[in-house]
Amino acid sequence: MKHISKLLIALSVVFIVVGCGGKEETKESEPEVKITKPIKPVEETVEVVQQETPPPQDDMVAERVIYFDFDKSDIKAEFREIVKAHANYLSANPNKTVKIEGHCDERGTREYNMALGERRAFSVSQMLTLQGVSKSQISTVSFGEEKPEVEGHDESAWKWNRRAVFVYE
Amino acid sequence: MLRVFSFFIFFIFAAGSQAALKIEITEGAEGAEPIAIVPFSWSGKADAPENVSAIVSADLHRSGRFAPLPEKDMLAKPSEVEKINFKNWRILEVPYLVIGNMNELPDGKYRVVFRLFDVYRAKQMTGFAATGTRGTLRRIAHQISDAIYKELTGERGAFATKLAYVKKLPKETNPNRRYWLFTADADTENEKPVLMSVNPIISPTWSPDSTKLAFVVVRGSGQSIYVYDVKNNTSERITFSKEKFSAPAWSPDGKQMAMVRLKDGGADIFVMDLKTKKKKRITRHWSIDTEPAWSPDGKSLVFTSERGGSPQLYEYNFSTTKVRRLTFEGKENLRASFSPDGTMITFVHSEGGKYHVAVMDMATQQIRLLTKASHEETEHESPSFAPNASMVIYAANYRNQRGVLAAVSVDGGVHQRFSYDKGAGEVREPAWSSFLD
Repeated sequence: MKHISKLLIALSVVFIVVGCGGKEETKESEPEVKITKPIKPVEETVEVVQQETPPPQDDMVAERVIYFDFDKSDIKAEFREIVKAHANYLSANPNKTVKIEGHCDERGTREYNMALGERRAFSVSQMLTLQGVSKSQISTVSFGEEKPEVEGHDESAWKWNRRAVFVYE
Repeated sequence: MLRVFSFFIFFIFAAGSQAALKIEITEGAEGAEPIAIVPFSWSGKADAPENVSAIVSADLHRSGRFAPLPEKDMLAKPSEVEKINFKNWRILEVPYLVIGNMNELPDGKYRVVFRLFDVYRAKQMTGFAATGTRGTLRRIAHQISDAIYKELTGERGAFATKLAYVKKLPKETNPNRRYWLFTADADTENEKPVLMSVNPIISPTWSPDSTKLAFVVVRGSGQSIYVYDVKNNTSERITFSKEKFSAPAWSPDGKQMAMVRLKDGGADIFVMDLKTKKKKRITRHWSIDTEPAWSPDGKSLVFTSERGGSPQLYEYNFSTTKVRRLTFEGKENLRASFSPDGTMITFVHSEGGKYHVAVMDMATQQIRLLTKASHEETEHESPSFAPNASMVIYAANYRNQRGVLAAVSVDGGVHQRFSYDKGAGEVREPAWSSFLD
């Protein structure tokens, strides 16, 4: 499990430059960040950003993967705390974005699993928005059964492959 | 009559082929028709560039309808009409005889002549002469197979047709380009790469005239559909990742494409006009609707939906816009595709925790299982009809991470495997072209 995520430097640059432009945001403010004009990041700013990019601190946020039952997309009780931790983190850091990847085990057809993975990713996305995270901070993608975490043809592999992954860029 | 029950017969492809491909008939039809295919004579400067008679023999054997006589059992090997002694073949109880020859012409081309004889009547049934280049000799061989098949079965042969499939190569040998989309001849020879990608390539499907190939690339930003033009060797991206589309299916006239939009956890079927790129929504349901297949008469789409609780097949009627459920047997039924005449669909049927290939008669809605995944296999997937509807090709996945192409006759009698050298990776999602001439 990865404990430190890479943050999308360019995006952070944009938000920081917006911040410098006089729009002071507080933690509690609405997560919606509006960019009115495209801003070109300059090299000096990139250096500053690299120093100031903190990794998520919360232990639960360090957990980046949750698992599903066969052909199911509802979030199991044992993983709700993890999703909530990510929701809190994203709400507190409205300039952060996350991509939720939905994955499946190999059973069933590729296109069906593509749809099932999309549903799993959306199920996580929905729980995040219900916790107050802005939709603009979340994107979803399905890889269906194409990118298994564990190669194998029984439940010992499948259980690790039916998953949703939080990817901070 | 010599009765042949070909069980575990191995056939190794003849010289001239680099791929070391092996076709194994794992279960054969009782009463395959004996036929003698005499090695064609050759006159030319060097060795023959292709072993045409061996290709014909392999084609006919692979169909399961014919049992080619082993060369060692032949009492004579004539290549000219005058040299045939029909008694030699009657003794062996072989009712049909194929002879031929190939010559190198002064311009470097090759002329191939073949003749099919009825041994008991001592009469020529069919034959032709064709001129080709080194690159077209295999095609000429498949056309000879088609002519023989047509003459003896009354049905059109599907040997001179194409396949498309995806190969996933092992990470160790191919770290950067793991997914390859290929086209190949129907015997998987003459393989040509269409696309290499680090991203998964899925759902290749031929346009009805087989001049184009649609497929999906799955990126971190989402799925998009591409259309590859075989003749011009160009690809066009027709959907963009702001909206995620997958599961392409051509309309019978090739002007529209059914596809699936993945959005907000839902999967719904749309139809795109390929000229204007405008899309129209077809299904609107909270459940997963995917894997559309267009009926050859253009009147309906068969698709997979889990609106009833598990993935099953449904049919959408364009004129009434009504949806009816087609499958009720089995835990799951998915990924249908039509036979070219529209009377049947082939699909994946789940029973006992495994996935097998089945067909349904569209008139009676009767289901018939064609394959059963064995103990070493995990699933049979992506079945696709041959253009003459004689066989269904599919991918068989093994427990040891291997995936190979396999085919089964529509009556379920003949089973065959196409296997590759070790390390060649996992072969997936075969799609059989239409007739090419």
